[in-house]
Amino acid sequence: MTDFAADPRKIRKSWKDIDLRAVAPFLALALLLVLGAIANPNFISIDNLLNVITRSAFIAIIAVGATFVISAGGLDLSVGSMVAFVASLTIMFMNSGVIADPATMLAAAMALAMLIGAACGLANGLITTAGSIEPFIATLGTMGIYRGLTTWLSQGGAITLRSPDIQSLYRPAYFGSVLGIPVPIIIIAVTAGAGAFVLRRTRYGRHVLAVGSNEDVARYSGISVGRVRTMTYVIQGLCVAVACLLYVPRLGSTSATTGLMWELQAITAVVVGGTALRGGVGRVWGTICGAFILEIVGNIMLLSNFVSEYLIGAIQGAIIIVAMLVQRSLVRKS
Amino acid sequence: MKALAADLSGATGASMIEAVGLSKSFGPVEVLKDVSLAVYPGEVHAIIGENGAGKSTLMKLLAGHLQPTRGELRIDGETATLTGPVDAERRGIVLVHQEILLAPDLTVAQNVYLGRELPKGIVVDDRGMNEGARKAIRNLGADVDPDVVVGRLSIAQRQLVQIARVLLVPHRVVIFDEPTASLTPIETRALLKVIADIRAKGVSVLYISHRLPEVKQIADKVTVLRDGRVVASHSTSELQLIDMARLMVGRDVAKLYPDRHAAAARETILEVEDFSVPDFAQHASFQLGKGEILGFAGLVGAGRTELMEGLVGLRPGRGVIRINGQPVQFPHVDASLKAGIAYLSEDRKGKGLLLAEDMCVNLTLASLDKFRRGLQIDRAKERVALDKAIGEFDIRASRKDMLVGQLSGGNQQKLLLAKMMMPDPSIIIIDEPTRGIDIGTKEQIYKFIAVLAGQGRSIIVVSSEMQELIGICDRIIVMRSGQIVGAVAGEHMNENEIVVLATGVKSGEAA
Repeated sequence: MTDFAADPRKIRKSWKDIDLRAVAPFLALALLLVLGAIANPNFISIDNLLNVITRSAFIAIIAVGATFVISAGGLDLSVGSMVAFVASLTIMFMNSGVIADPATMLAAAMALAMLIGAACGLANGLITTAGSIEPFIATLGTMGIYRGLTTWLSQGGAITLRSPDIQSLYRPAYFGSVLGIPVPIIIIAVTAGAGAFVLRRTRYGRHVLAVGSNEDVARYSGISVGRVRTMTYVIQGLCVAVACLLYVPRLGSTSATTGLMWELQAITAVVVGGTALRGGVGRVWGTICGAFILEIVGNIMLLSNFVSEYLIGAIQGAIIIVAMLVQRSLVRKS
Repeated sequence: MKALAADLSGATGASMIEAVGLSKSFGPVEVLKDVSLAVYPGEVHAIIGENGAGKSTLMKLLAGHLQPTRGELRIDGETATLTGPVDAERRGIVLVHQEILLAPDLTVAQNVYLGRELPKGIVVDDRGMNEGARKAIRNLGADVDPDVVVGRLSIAQRQLVQIARVLLVPHRVVIFDEPTASLTPIETRALLKVIADIRAKGVSVLYISHRLPEVKQIADKVTVLRDGRVVASHSTSELQLIDMARLMVGRDVAKLYPDRHAAAARETILEVEDFSVPDFAQHASFQLGKGEILGFAGLVGAGRTELMEGLVGLRPGRGVIRINGQPVQFPHVDASLKAGIAYLSEDRKGKGLLLAEDMCVNLTLASLDKFRRGLQIDRAKERVALDKAIGEFDIRASRKDMLVGQLSGGNQQKLLLAKMMMPDPSIIIIDEPTRGIDIGTKEQIYKFIAVLAGQGRSIIVVSSEMQELIGICDRIIVMRSGQIVGAVAGEHMNENEIVVLATGVKSGEAA
């Protein structure tokens, strides 16, 4: 054991200092792009790539919230049902016609969606923290509740946006683009940027990681563990709401099967992105990368002919296992 | 066991286990250099040294947990290679780990017999294991219900369960790695008696401890390690405690405790009146003066830690707390921190520091409010604070971005002290300030405590080491079974008076 060198600048950063676990998802993404290009030259076209990324928007945005929940040592299984529930209520509100002006109506509906998302997240958070129920069980419960309420609201059928005015006004939110970049990609970037900023740069983000890393240490350091955890679920709810804001203009309709299994895809994206499922390590940009990987794998399978696209679920399942194995073998050296 | 005992009788003269020129490197760092020592049957051989001297590494080599880089092991005079701890156990070499390695959700008996359950037909013999565990623990001078889950035991009780578990293996060489670090004087005495008993059976004992008086009491031979080398190996009778300390540190340690000037009347800063923490402490009342160092003595389980945790809002408690005459209430620890009270947990690794984070994150965790720049954390300011803390508290790490889990225990304790000083508290409660840290660092910690008191801060020290309380405190409060049973100061501050209060047994008392 030696003392510090007198000059702190002498501590060099070399390639050995790079945490491989943080870089691995990006390497995997690069590898997939190369593989895809080999499998089908159409894959690497700008149009196709923009298309793929756009389609990953829902999972990517939801997974940003999941990164918070998981970093703090929690888990949220209810996000898929929550998408169905929030989107359904939003469409029903727009169909209700309480506000005549389509633009005002749309703005109010979007605000309402955010509010409902936050409320659903708050419910999850309070059940796990104030009710001290394991997050797995608590959100398994709310998953059933949100899904069941959606089925009841839709009476087993579909809830469809009826007003053509609102439809045409809202359509560009998913199908439009700014300076050639599709709106959903911009929303992904903004959500992830905000998420990464909060998690890496702010006091709250530091508290999230501390709570996930060791709850006792956080508590003994004067951090309100329950409040920090609850907030992660609220953030998750807000991210779900943002995903709904993109989902509604895309299809204009919801049903009892909306967002089915999305919770698993979101968790996969988070874990593939290098966030530890036991908490304490959170990587928002890794999560985005994970979401891209999931979508790109599906796309490659569609474009190439050697694997049936019906196997996509199995491939995604295999990805999460391989990602965990790779993470385990890349123990951080310090 | 019988076969082993027969072996022993014929083996007099030969060493039971011997290290010859053992070296061990981790990457480029050589932590053990050319260490040779021999342990004979029926001998207690103590290994002492500061943290990082290589004691634990040596023990792990002897117990097969690690393989030497160079050098060899001899068992009964013959060269041997231990392929792993299981191989070592098969040869009768067992290790009592310093860390508690028990499954908290299993019962005491299930833990004692874990991996070697007694069979009864195709099921396990629960009754037999309960009986066996009860007996094994009773042999250690303790009474622990074998049916209780380990998670509900105190740290000291867990340590005893762990020792019982190891001693159940047929053994010829028993290695104890700091077995008394979390034990009270009474349990320590019982353990030392157990060690004397197994020595009498011809078993060899290797004993690592920071507590030199114990070493002096129990060991036949003492080997001192410093920086991975053997610097001395003597019969215990040839060494005084001060010699051992000097050999460990490599310089004179004439004075472990700093000089303190007894202050005249102090103004009272903290008053606690009739404070209770349900199940742990009842009706505690005491006062703390400005600049005072107040000790809390007592046996493990006397409720000292719980009382302190209740006072700062980490546990529900009720009663009156006044700071500078103003009544205050702390529903959460956040509130007590803001009111200027800092509490340093005895569980440095579990509750004090994030081991998987770097020093900077840990240092500022309790005081992030001070490092705000707009919405962000001011990282440059954090780094400046770390540099300052490193200088002020002499934290030694090879790199600033080292994970805290890689620091030695002493440096972790210094970092924890620095962390809890960041909010600039006026009252500091330190629980077991020197548990498991070496004598050189202990001396530094005592000095820091004295300096902080000299700055006018008031300090409460909770400790199971009476010598340390007597050495640094102005006054010592003694607790027994959740009650404050007395206070000693001045000439009454001696081990005897404290033990009498802590145990409730007067030496001359009629039955």
